[in-house]
Amino acid sequence: MHRRHRRDQVEREAALTQATMAHGARADGTAYVEGPVKLFVLAAVFWGIIGFVAGDFIAWQLAIPALNLDLEWTSFGRLRPLHTSAVIFAFGGNVLLGTSLYVVQRTCRARLYGGDAMGHILFWGYQIFIVLAAVGYVLGITQGREYAEPEWYTDLYLTVVWVLYLAAFVGTILKRREPHIYVANWFYLAFIVTIALLHLGNNMAVPVALLGGDTWWKSYSLFSGVQDAMTQWWYGHNAVGFFLTAGFLAIMYYFVPKQANRPVYSYRLSIVHFWALIFLYIWAGPHHLHYTALPDWAQTLGMVFSVMLWMPSWGGMINGLMTLSGAWDKLRTDPVLRFLVVSVGFYGMSTFEGPMMSLKAVNSLSHYTDWTVGHVHSGALGWVAFISFGAIYFMVPALWKRRSLYSLKLVSLHFWIATLGIVLYITAMWVSGIMQGLMWRAYDELGFLQYSFIESVEAMKPYYIIRATGGLLFIAGAVIMAYNLYRTIKGDVAEGARDSVPAGAAVGAQR
Amino acid sequence: MEALDALSDFLRQFWGLWLMVLFLGVVWWAYKPGNKDRFRDDAMIPFRDDEAGEERNDGRSS
Repeated sequence: MHRRHRRDQVEREAALTQATMAHGARADGTAYVEGPVKLFVLAAVFWGIIGFVAGDFIAWQLAIPALNLDLEWTSFGRLRPLHTSAVIFAFGGNVLLGTSLYVVQRTCRARLYGGDAMGHILFWGYQIFIVLAAVGYVLGITQGREYAEPEWYTDLYLTVVWVLYLAAFVGTILKRREPHIYVANWFYLAFIVTIALLHLGNNMAVPVALLGGDTWWKSYSLFSGVQDAMTQWWYGHNAVGFFLTAGFLAIMYYFVPKQANRPVYSYRLSIVHFWALIFLYIWAGPHHLHYTALPDWAQTLGMVFSVMLWMPSWGGMINGLMTLSGAWDKLRTDPVLRFLVVSVGFYGMSTFEGPMMSLKAVNSLSHYTDWTVGHVHSGALGWVAFISFGAIYFMVPALWKRRSLYSLKLVSLHFWIATLGIVLYITAMWVSGIMQGLMWRAYDELGFLQYSFIESVEAMKPYYIIRATGGLLFIAGAVIMAYNLYRTIKGDVAEGARDSVPAGAAVGAQR
Repeated sequence: MEALDALSDFLRQFWGLWLMVLFLGVVWWAYKPGNKDRFRDDAMIPFRDDEAGEERNDGRSS
């Protein structure tokens, strides 16, 4: 039985390759909306590099404080939200919007609801949101909520764009010609709906001008005290769970099978993965508020649900990795697949580390230290960015109808230089963070704190330099990618590149 | 009506249990032997967008 299944699959794969080679285009003549998807891809690369540079700049500021240039606009406090929003919402957001429009049309075999016009409205609408937010940060207009710094007017504007996005996505699903809704679309839909809910809940605020204040640029939250803190981390953690996880898992469930040219390891596991993630993630937020004024029972609830998240996270990781089962050799020859698969490995690693850090005993050491920063970046650089790079490398030749990428050697170079950067980053932050936590809690024999705060800062300097160097390598990789994509779009193929493309797994062209 | 309110108030206390039952129902549905072929087929969706044969066959791969 098993063998027959395997043989069927091999035959199907062979037939697939042949069919796609022969026809190149779909038979039904439905032209998918591709112009706006191209723009989203270009914007993702553009904002990605800006966001990475902003992050590395403030990393160097931590090592060399004089780099704040003594200007309010370039101080750490203003550039840090610029960095986080640029990488999460500008880079990640453009990747998610672009890939979701790409995937939903192909897995529903239907043209985008609203057509080209809808795609362009979404694209420009979203870029205007990014610019509004970024300008606000630099000028000091912020509501000071983690990952939700834009003020009330930007929030309202984004709500309009987001509702249009939901309409376009659901509209496309409703007019699908494929009876079943593919699992990637479930993850995308969960991401879109939950982000809408979180955005509205977290940003309930009143502009001070309405209550006799003198400015329209500032608002205050409807909540106060610990309720406000809990609302912020309900939002913050689920932004991680549904923006940076569910959305990018959707990318995994479409692009890993496509690039490996074989179906996902277990479709049934993917269904369980989806619902387990949905049921559990929303409760994990309180682990950001251990040992605060938040009631103990709520802290424990957050911790328990975080630990339970191990199961869906690892189920999903196994599903992604095992898709390669029987075809591991493709990792050796296909650097695009390597990006996708290693990102799933980083997903497994950071979703192991996260629940561990949510344990109160571990958190008492790790909270407020660089360990947290390292954890976030193993997820952000290793998982989110790597799977995005994989998807972008897949989509560019497909969208611009090129036979292949300009150079797979450059993809490989990007992969290794970026991986080295991540390793430098997260190992430096582990050492620095644990050292920082231990220094803060060290007592001498008389019961006094053993170290002053500034001593812990001094001790971290070498690690800050290592971290910022890792960031430089990561940026270098992204610049190599931008060049590679530019040459690909121009239609160039590097000499010898053709030979390095394995047959059947040909990069680009017939997708 | 009041009896119904009382009943719903009583059952609402166990919301965690109901969600668990719902989730276990999903797991049962996903792993029901009768659904095996259907999900194997659904897993092929990403490969169908450019297959002429699928079109003639109302979206089914076999």
